[in-house]
Amino acid sequence: MLRRLDKKQPESFKFSAKNLSWARKQLKKYPDGRKQSAVIPLLFRAQEQEGWVSKPAIEVVAKMLDMAPIRVFEVASFYFMFHLSPVGSVAHIQVCGTTPCMLRGSERLIEQCKKKISSNPMEVTHDGKISWEEVECLGACSNAPLVQIGRDYYEDLDEAKFSNLISNLISGIKPLPGSQTDRFSSEPNGDLTSLKGKVEEEKNASVSLFSHDFGKKKRSKAKHPAINLEDKPDA
Amino acid sequence: MSDNLRKVVIDNVEITVNPALTILQACEQMNKEVPRFCYHERLSIAGNCRMCLVEVVGGPPKPMASCALQIKDLRPGPNGESPVIKTNSDMVKKAREGVMEFLLINHPLDCPICDQGGECDLQDQALSYGVDFSRYREPKRAALDVDLGPLVETHMTRCISCTRCVRFITEIAGVPEMGQVGRGETSEITSYLGQTLTSELQGNIIDLCPVGALTSKPYAFSARPWELTKTNTIDVMDALGSNIRVDSKGKRILRIIPRNHDGINEEWLSDKSRFMWDGLNRQRLDRPYIRNTSGKLEETTWDLAMTAVSEKCSQETKILAICGDLINVETLYAAKKLMVSFKGKTECRIGGSYLPPGDRGAYVGTASIADIDTAERIFLIGTNPRIEAPVLNARIRRAWLRGADIKLVGEPAELTFEYQYLGAKIKDLGKLSEKFLKSNLKKNSLIILGQGALLGLHGPNIMQAIKEFKEKTKSELLTLHVAASRVGAMDLDFVSDIGFDSSIEWSEVVLNLGVDDYDIPKGPFVVYQGSHGDRGAERADVILPGCAFTEEPGTFINTEGRPQMAFKACDGVGEARENWAILRALSDRLGVPLPFSSLEELRTQLFQENPKIASINEVPSNSWLAPRKFSKECLNYSLRTVIEDHYLTNPIARSSVLLAQLSRNNRMVKSKKEIENL
Repeated sequence: MLRRLDKKQPESFKFSAKNLSWARKQLKKYPDGRKQSAVIPLLFRAQEQEGWVSKPAIEVVAKMLDMAPIRVFEVASFYFMFHLSPVGSVAHIQVCGTTPCMLRGSERLIEQCKKKISSNPMEVTHDGKISWEEVECLGACSNAPLVQIGRDYYEDLDEAKFSNLISNLISGIKPLPGSQTDRFSSEPNGDLTSLKGKVEEEKNASVSLFSHDFGKKKRSKAKHPAINLEDKPDA
Repeated sequence: MSDNLRKVVIDNVEITVNPALTILQACEQMNKEVPRFCYHERLSIAGNCRMCLVEVVGGPPKPMASCALQIKDLRPGPNGESPVIKTNSDMVKKAREGVMEFLLINHPLDCPICDQGGECDLQDQALSYGVDFSRYREPKRAALDVDLGPLVETHMTRCISCTRCVRFITEIAGVPEMGQVGRGETSEITSYLGQTLTSELQGNIIDLCPVGALTSKPYAFSARPWELTKTNTIDVMDALGSNIRVDSKGKRILRIIPRNHDGINEEWLSDKSRFMWDGLNRQRLDRPYIRNTSGKLEETTWDLAMTAVSEKCSQETKILAICGDLINVETLYAAKKLMVSFKGKTECRIGGSYLPPGDRGAYVGTASIADIDTAERIFLIGTNPRIEAPVLNARIRRAWLRGADIKLVGEPAELTFEYQYLGAKIKDLGKLSEKFLKSNLKKNSLIILGQGALLGLHGPNIMQAIKEFKEKTKSELLTLHVAASRVGAMDLDFVSDIGFDSSIEWSEVVLNLGVDDYDIPKGPFVVYQGSHGDRGAERADVILPGCAFTEEPGTFINTEGRPQMAFKACDGVGEARENWAILRALSDRLGVPLPFSSLEELRTQLFQENPKIASINEVPSNSWLAPRKFSKECLNYSLRTVIEDHYLTNPIARSSVLLAQLSRNNRMVKSKKEIENL
């Protein structure tokens, strides 16, 4: 896929105070003269703040890391996770289209995107609120098919659920991330098929942890694990 | 076998090599050819073209990229046998064919209209290592061309993504303006946001490109390499004496490319030297001229022009010969002999830069250009090497990358490396701490002295101050000249006892050998001998058309004192004659015939009198005279650089349309930067 910087670029870019202090903290991780190692985290933080990576953002990051702008642009253009043009302000839906998801119906999800959002990926519609694209494996194949919006996964989708999810996003309702069926994490859909009996505690400490803590939560509707607040980007 | 050498077996021959070498370099040592596109010995290793695959026996069962695998990383056999490498096995042959096929999938088959045709690495290697058919029937990838400026033309569809250009511009030229963006099939080589390149070494990426993706814009579609007459000669655009090859077809020079010389230009060439050739075909003086009674220059014959000169000169006349930037030693020798027989004066220090006659250790220095490679500390004094000698600047940059500490005294300059700016005056050298100076005694340190430091009244004193500083810091000295003829002229003692300005005042007749950067005041009768109708010709009373440096054989001595031979690439234009021959003919007319009638005879005498010039391509060691006492006033003088516009320093360059365009672009970039900095 040929990707270029968007033709319409903002005048300037500035990290918010919170993101800037976070970025400075990242820089401290690297020894002198190795600052450019932070290029991916900084670019990603810039993207989380603005939604996409703009030319001024590339130049700001380059300046912070003592790099030539072209070197930063090389990185930004190499990874598809960096958007070089604006995406939806409310949601940019990344639909996984790799084999397991495809087998479980991701093509139908893409159909929905084309119908309800835009016929082409990376096109922003609904007053700049929403856009979509197909991405490679998101690594949650056991909950296929799934989409990623920002940092959240919406799993176990089907046409109806996904269509509903898009409608909610457009009308301003934030759907609950995670499995969209009555399922915790990536456990079996029905009853357990293996490891049914009592687990010998002395054999594996983590197993006992599981049965004590998560076992209780399992039936009482999964709760999305909270993101470390300090680490949450300013968007 | 010493501990740090390793044995390897390459194609059944056991050799002992330095383990730091790569397999490819080891193969080169034993003259085994390994095909490559991305590997270049003066650039960092990329390992992305995969053409240099070899078989490492006992290693992973796959071919390995020999440019990126060091000998020390090879594992010995189970019983400690030497590692075995094969460069000709079936596996290697198949691998190369495969790589070649992949490279050609997207490479257009437009060799008949490609300027690289005939000197194309891809063409040659496809012939030697490829297969004779294509299995690919699908559409090929096409890419948009980039505008890199007036020098480098791009055909990005031909690009094989070896990234040599990106690495050169970043590592050697030191201006990170190019990159490879995107990934996979759609990755492309571009400049940042499509800006044009600003480096003064960018022409080298044309040579580096192994395919026809980057070609020369001025040379586009002019010739095929096998039609060209190739002449190995010397460049005179700066004082480095870069080794060049002039390619000509009939009477016209079509292009200039560098030749390798490790001691001078390695294999690079500055853009000014590479692209000035259109200046050799324009503004030429192709017949003698004489100023008529109404003050206009008028065409004339050699006979009348010579008569006009001889009428003005008698044994009582005060004659002065001055030497421009592009004059070879033979011409200077003839002029000097002529002046001696007239008790005239000679002068080569145009603009009044003070070079001490006879003190070769000062006007040439004690170091060679190659000494920059080992220098740990470099003091740049009154110089901006980036515009005075771009190729030398690349060498200083390499020293800086290696860790050399660089200090600058003089006008602050935008160089391609970081330096510590001490100040504009010689006294600012005093800012260096005692501790620093003490530690300097144990380090390889080098002073590069620019002509800017020696300008003006304070020149003689500054020279002594620098000599004192050199002794105090136990440094070596390299005097960086900007004119190709200057060292040769100094070696022939082409100077007067009274300095440049006073000798012009003294003179009644000036024999001007290609001096265009100095306005001779009204008064003396001026005979201009040169190749281009430039500023010098405007002031002339008689013009004698001479050959340019590509049209006559001659010797030039470069800034480190290395004599080198330039050769004739094509004939002179019109009635222009070889410069030494003009002077020989003139001497006949003046009644003092010079004692030689051929260039060989001239050279025999020249070499007898100046044995140092006879040792061609050698840098002689120069004797060092201790510094004299000097007036301390000079320490407060602010140094400036001599060159205002890098692209317009001599008549050939000023006649070139292309260099005028570069100069304009350069000024625009500069003013844009100034606005941004406001």
